[in-house]
Amino acid sequence: MPEQVVTHQGSRETLSFYTVGVLFLIVVPLLNVLPAEDSWLHISDFRLNQFGKFLAFAILALGLDLIWGYCGVLSMGQGVFFGFGAYCMGMYLSLQIGKESVYGSELPDFMVWTQVKELPLFWYPFKSFIGGFLGAMLVPMLFATIFGFLAFRSRIKGVYFAIITQALAFAAWLVFNRNETRLGGTNGLTDFKQLLGFRLSDPSTQRGLYILTVLALAASYMLCRWIVASRAGNVLIAIRDSESRVTFSGYTPWMYKLFVFVVAAGLAGLAGMLYVPQVGIITPAQIGVLPSLEVVIWVAVGGRGTLIGAILGAVAVNYGRSVLTNYFPEAWPFILGGLFVVVVTMFPDGLMGMIRKLSERKKTPSPLIKAEGSTAA
Amino acid sequence: MSLASIPRKLLVLVVFLLSALGLCPQSTLAADEADHIASTVISSASPIEQALLDVKSEDAAVRSKAVALLIEKGDASLIPKLDAIRAEADRAVRQAIKPVIDLLKNHANLTSEQPDTRRSAAADLVGTGRPEAITWLEEGAAKEQVWWVKYTMEESARLIQLRSEDQGVRLVAAKKLGELRSQNGLSALKEFVEAGTQSGATNEQRALADAAQASIGQIDSWYWWASAIETMFRGISLSSILLIMSLGLAVVFGLMGVINMAHGELMMIGAYATFVTQQAFIGWFSPDVFDWYFPVALPVAFLSAALFGWVLEATVIRFLYGRLLETLLATWGVSLILMQAARVYFGDLTAVIAPQALRGGAQVMVGVYLPYNRIFIIMLSIICVLGIYFLLFRSNLGIRVRSVTQNRNMSACLGIPTRKVDSYTFAFASGLAGIAGWALTMVGNVDPGLGQNYIVDAFMVVVTGGVGKLAGAIWASLGIGGLNKLIEPVSGAVYGKVFILVGVILFLQWRPQGLYAAKGRNADA
Repeated sequence: MPEQVVTHQGSRETLSFYTVGVLFLIVVPLLNVLPAEDSWLHISDFRLNQFGKFLAFAILALGLDLIWGYCGVLSMGQGVFFGFGAYCMGMYLSLQIGKESVYGSELPDFMVWTQVKELPLFWYPFKSFIGGFLGAMLVPMLFATIFGFLAFRSRIKGVYFAIITQALAFAAWLVFNRNETRLGGTNGLTDFKQLLGFRLSDPSTQRGLYILTVLALAASYMLCRWIVASRAGNVLIAIRDSESRVTFSGYTPWMYKLFVFVVAAGLAGLAGMLYVPQVGIITPAQIGVLPSLEVVIWVAVGGRGTLIGAILGAVAVNYGRSVLTNYFPEAWPFILGGLFVVVVTMFPDGLMGMIRKLSERKKTPSPLIKAEGSTAA
Repeated sequence: MSLASIPRKLLVLVVFLLSALGLCPQSTLAADEADHIASTVISSASPIEQALLDVKSEDAAVRSKAVALLIEKGDASLIPKLDAIRAEADRAVRQAIKPVIDLLKNHANLTSEQPDTRRSAAADLVGTGRPEAITWLEEGAAKEQVWWVKYTMEESARLIQLRSEDQGVRLVAAKKLGELRSQNGLSALKEFVEAGTQSGATNEQRALADAAQASIGQIDSWYWWASAIETMFRGISLSSILLIMSLGLAVVFGLMGVINMAHGELMMIGAYATFVTQQAFIGWFSPDVFDWYFPVALPVAFLSAALFGWVLEATVIRFLYGRLLETLLATWGVSLILMQAARVYFGDLTAVIAPQALRGGAQVMVGVYLPYNRIFIIMLSIICVLGIYFLLFRSNLGIRVRSVTQNRNMSACLGIPTRKVDSYTFAFASGLAGIAGWALTMVGNVDPGLGQNYIVDAFMVVVTGGVGKLAGAIWASLGIGGLNKLIEPVSGAVYGKVFILVGVILFLQWRPQGLYAAKGRNADA
């Protein structure tokens, strides 16, 4: 749907990108620091931290948009890659707790409870920040490479791929819940104290993490823009619209799919890595089937096939969630489910589609992307 | 013993003090005793009556003699009397009487009408270890009709004989237990083997150890087979659950091109319909007809799920035909809503009481016990498969459904009401989910997560089976269910699931469209 958009709306998207970027990168942190506590302009530390989390989610959504919105491959297992990234960073942070832990042991607390006497071998790389960082990026990408290779090469596509990735999310959730995987079981990893010597409880550290998240999001966005605008990006859209024709034109679709799948996994890992120090906990509950599906709904709400839409959707849905669960804790699943139904049946182009419709109605009544049926496969 | 004596002394002390204070519990006690004596005197002191008195004696030797006599001569009619004595006696006497009551009760139960009562009486008698029980058990076994009860009686008799003083009896018992493939005998036999292999073992012990060892070998090899059969049964039972679930999924996926993620929740509706029917029976009808709620719940579950499916098709699905991924997402939304609705309305845990006929199980051979509820589910899945087969391939509706699947426009031209066919098919598949939910109440709780427990596996079945034929769902569910139960004992349930996932992915390497791929024009859906 958006190939025309990317070209003739490119400049406007760039403009809005810079505006929003400046807003989030400079204005929001300044509003956190400068105005007095009781001013209406003031953004509390809590809110800032929350926005940081939403923006981390936006990176995750970008990855999914790349593979689903542009390439037509619905992955219902993005939560797994997010979890890999988050756990790698979490392992590094756990080891940074050191003697400050409840039991005063060098080992993370949960190992003390579960009677693990020595640090398991696979924890060793995470003693250093470099290890944690590389792990958070490379583990998801490596896993995605293997999984994607097996799936795409044998031409598992459409719903088959969606279902398999969902099973993957389910299996990963089961495994991370186990104690013998030495990843903290159901309780996950938590109680982090410091990152590279900065205290995590310090508001200025959280501010720094927020700015870092905005920068990472901007970089991810540029990367996705670059991929989408490249020749490969055109092939991706072509695969979404008619895979057989791409094959007959002499391309090998599965390589392109594998490529974006791995990029999406890397972005998910990055999102997880930024999520953990800001939220302070990672548990298997962030990995399962439902969290993975929520990513899908963010992208669908924002408007798949538009990168801004993915970011918008992630922030909007999560913000709505945080507000609504405050007032009606039991209503959220209803709303989430309703969003699924309504967006899919009535607004397949999401918020961005609505915005575009409104702005284009003023100009010409151009036929807006009627080739909807092809997104199915 | 010392512990027992302390309270008694205390009691004496208290009684003494109380009587000193002018209160008179002692005198009432004395009066009671006088009554007893009077009554026994009147009804002439038969040995049993005498023993009943002696049991209460302070003297341990007199007591044990009385106990022996009661066990030998007594019958169930004594139990009320013994219970009465026990109620007011002190601790030592209670301890002496307890085995007597147990023995007499179990002895009486050996001739009960109920096979299960006879069997558990026979099993309980082993615990008493009294040699008298051997003759009772052997007599009972000679008359017994039900093989499984007879088996338990024989087994129990041999188990008691194992503790006999006589070397010959023990040897024979050890051998017999091997022939009986008695699993209950394993631990005792292993003790013999251990005793026999110790350095200071006598010749007798060694001979016994050899016999025991041979028996253990026999028992072990038998149980290997028995557990293999049970594993297979569990696999088939899981397979049939998956099959019932995935049949509905396969119908809407294969015929209508709809992925119904709310299928699990339609099942949940069926299960809750069963639950509601049960509550209605509890509330409105007499307990005599309670068991009828289950058959009544079948149409209720089918219709409520089908009705819901019909509504779902009319309001959501029909806008999404031809867009598989969209149907998947929208139905996911529906499933979230339904799950939360059930959680809010019914709460988290409700269960259905199985009707009498489905409780318990059949002991088909030594070591192999098949629960009735599992057998019921296996039968049900077979019936469902046959039903769908007839509906699709032998009925008018079926031929229309298939023609719409093959070519919608042509079917419409030939006068088939395609919209109606769509909604009927979807409602029917939803009704199937309702039946699955109805059946699942027999193997688990009714809770909002009911559908989620199986839905991932059921989708794996559909993916592995392919959408070309119903046979795909059958083979795939047999394969996945069977493999699951086969791996589970080795790897645990969690890694079993992971292995299955890996297995499915590898399988799809070989057959990307599943076992039976859709062929022809709409194959590349």
